[in-house]
Formats: sequence, C-alpha cells, structure tokens
Amino acid sequence: MSRQATTSQTVGPFFSIGLCTAIKENLVGAGTTGERVTIEGRVLDGDGKPVPDAILEIWQANSYGKYSHPEDQQDKPVEPSFAGYGRVPTNDEGKFRFTTIKPGRVPDLDGKLQAPHIAVSVFARGLLRRLVTRIYFPDEPANATDFALNLVEPSRRETLIAKKIASGDLKWDVVLQGSGETVFFDCGL
Amino acid sequence: MAKIAAYRRPNPETQPAYLHPAYASSIKRAPAKSLIYLPQTLSEVTGPSFTTAAIDVKACDLTHQHSGDPLGERIIVSGQVLDEDGRPLRNSLIEVWQANAAGRYLHKRDQHEAPLDPNFTGCGHTLTDAEGRYRFVTIRPGAYPWGNHHNAWRPAHIHFSVFGAGFASRLVTQMYFPGDPLLPFDPIFNCTADENARIRLISRFDWENTIPSQALGFRFDIVMNGREATPMET
Repeated sequence: MSRQATTSQTVGPFFSIGLCTAIKENLVGAGTTGERVTIEGRVLDGDGKPVPDAILEIWQANSYGKYSHPEDQQDKPVEPSFAGYGRVPTNDEGKFRFTTIKPGRVPDLDGKLQAPHIAVSVFARGLLRRLVTRIYFPDEPANATDFALNLVEPSRRETLIAKKIASGDLKWDVVLQGSGETVFFDCGL
Repeated sequence: MAKIAAYRRPNPETQPAYLHPAYASSIKRAPAKSLIYLPQTLSEVTGPSFTTAAIDVKACDLTHQHSGDPLGERIIVSGQVLDEDGRPLRNSLIEVWQANAAGRYLHKRDQHEAPLDPNFTGCGHTLTDAEGRYRFVTIRPGAYPWGNHHNAWRPAHIHFSVFGAGFASRLVTQMYFPGDPLLPFDPIFNCTADENARIRLISRFDWENTIPSQALGFRFDIVMNGREATPMET
C-alpha cells in the first residue's frame, strides 16, 4: 500500500508546554550582516478578537539571499550566525514580536529574483492544519514584480506587506478570517 | 540552474478542512477565503534543520525530569518517520507534549479539576536517527473534559510536532491509543473524510518494545509528504 502523509491535528490550547521550550524571537546572532528589523503584530480571529494561543514559525534567507539548507546551491555566503529560523508565540493580548534581518532576494521558478520575503507558518487552537503566509517589506520596488504577490488579487496584496510604524519597526497582523483576512497559501503539507 | 523537486501536496480527503464546525474553535479561526496555490520555490523546499547540539539527550525521557517518579502507567512510544516514498527522515526534530495521568496539563489555562503531578512536566523532544527512528519514555496521558459541547471529553492523546526537510513539509499531529472508547465522539480525531487516515493516528500496542515489569510499548509511525519525481528547472 502506498503511504500517505499523516493527518494534521491542531496544536490545541496547551502547546506552550511543548513548543515554547524552543522559542526564538531574535534570529540575529553576533556578526550577522544585514538590515536589522523588528516585526510586531497581532493575530486576530473572525470577530477581530486577539488570539492569545497562536504561535508563528519563521523561515527566511540571510541578507545575501541564501538559505541555510543543503538544497540551496546558490553561490552566495552562508552565515553560521544566522539559521533563518524563528518561533514566536502570541501573548495574552494576541501580540507577537520578533527581530531579524531583512532577507536578500532568492530566485523563483523562472530564475527571476523574488522580492525579499519571510515564510511564516501559523499554528493555533482551532486550526486543524497550519496556515502558511509570507511577510514582504514596505517601500520595496521588487514587490511589483514578485511572482507570489502577483498570484494575489491586488486588493489583498497589502495583507502580505508589513507597514512601517513610528518607532521605525514594522507592523504586520495576521487576520485569520473576515474583513482584511490575510492571504494564506497552499504550499504543501 | 538548480533543479527543484517540489514536495507533494496531500490528498485532501486525508487532511482536515480548516472549517470543521463540530470543532467549535475552528468557526472563528478558519480562513473564509480560499488558499492561494503557491508553486514551491527555494523558499519552500528549504527549511530549518536541527543538529544534536540543539538537543537535550535526556529530553526523550519524560519520566526522569524531576526528583521523583511521575504517577501513572509508564509507556514507551516509538516509531519511524518516513516520507510517502518510504525514505526515512534523519535528524528530524520531534517535539511532544501531553497531559499527565490524571488528564491535566501543566498550563495556566488548563482549569480541569484534576491534580498536577510535581514529577511530570509533559514535554519532550528528540532527533530521529539514521533510519528515521525515535523513542520516548513517558506515562499514559489521561482523558480530560473540554468545553466544545455537552459532556465533551478528549480521548487520551500525545501531541507530536515534526519537521520535514523543507518548509513545505511540516506536520503537527496527535497520537491516540488503541481501543479508546472516546474516539468516535471526538471532533478533532474525526476531522478527515478518509477513515484510514484517522486510523493511522491511532498507535498500535507494541509487544516488541514492551519492557518486562516496566512499561508497555506503543508504536506510532509518521509519514511526511514525498517529493515530486520531476524536478522543475529553475
């Protein structure tokens, strides 16, 4: 019998016992190159209420546009101080915050460069499967030609683009449902 | 140009829909709009990797994290992580969390009136070996009530988080126990159309790994998505 991938199940309300031992809200190490960015936001449900039991996982390239992974064969520098992985829970007010560097550009399937982006998984009580989305950066000319942003109808693209706030940090919310619903992608398991 | 072999997308019958009204928490948290199909690029076929340096070798034994022995029935939970093509996943990080024998989680939001166990935290992790195998020593978790519907009880379960080799291969699931009378009533267990997919979430009693006078064995194998045969030129 051919195998089929195991069924996903929700992380439930108590995942912090297991998943929060490996929290990583600062992805930057000593000597990591690139523009430091702090991204904060909230996870909101279909009533606009904060989701205090969600956790985000972050995956991104380094400032050169190179992933710390054997399948990235690009001739670009790897940085031992930057794994590109983060794990960020929401607090009682549904807020999260993490610090990283703006990633460099990586190729799409046509070999064109994608706009700088961060891949995000969202887990929460109530989500039987993770949700997958991306964070893009404001004032980034490459957004206009990014292949993934162009899969999205123009009126919804802004849900994927972080906004600059007064502190100089970036703000990006995850709206699970309803008005301003974040764009989520189907990209695998 | 490098070639990319995408990770396969699962048969929809074997995975839950986001909106599953019988599971009340999904009603306000499931996206209302359709997901957008994203072809996998380097961003999706790469993903975090973990080495033994990040692992506490003692974290696979949940019964020896405190000064005394936890209450309950000691069990060995072991299995193999393979992809759909039968290839073992090596150095895959597996994290587990669970309630104690009385059905209580060590968590501030768990208000179930069952005792906490000072000798049981209920979390562990390990890396799979060269053949994709893992092994935890723990205690059998208790069933517990929840507010989903009248007289709702979760069947005994252990939460599993598994990293595949790429971002497009990431799984969080729950392992159940054979013969649990609560399974037919649980909306989370019953979230898929495919009955065989549900049955695969139930561990099997494992005589081979049962330790005389010490612990019953349960086997839970995990399957991650395989890769498409034809790489895309990039």
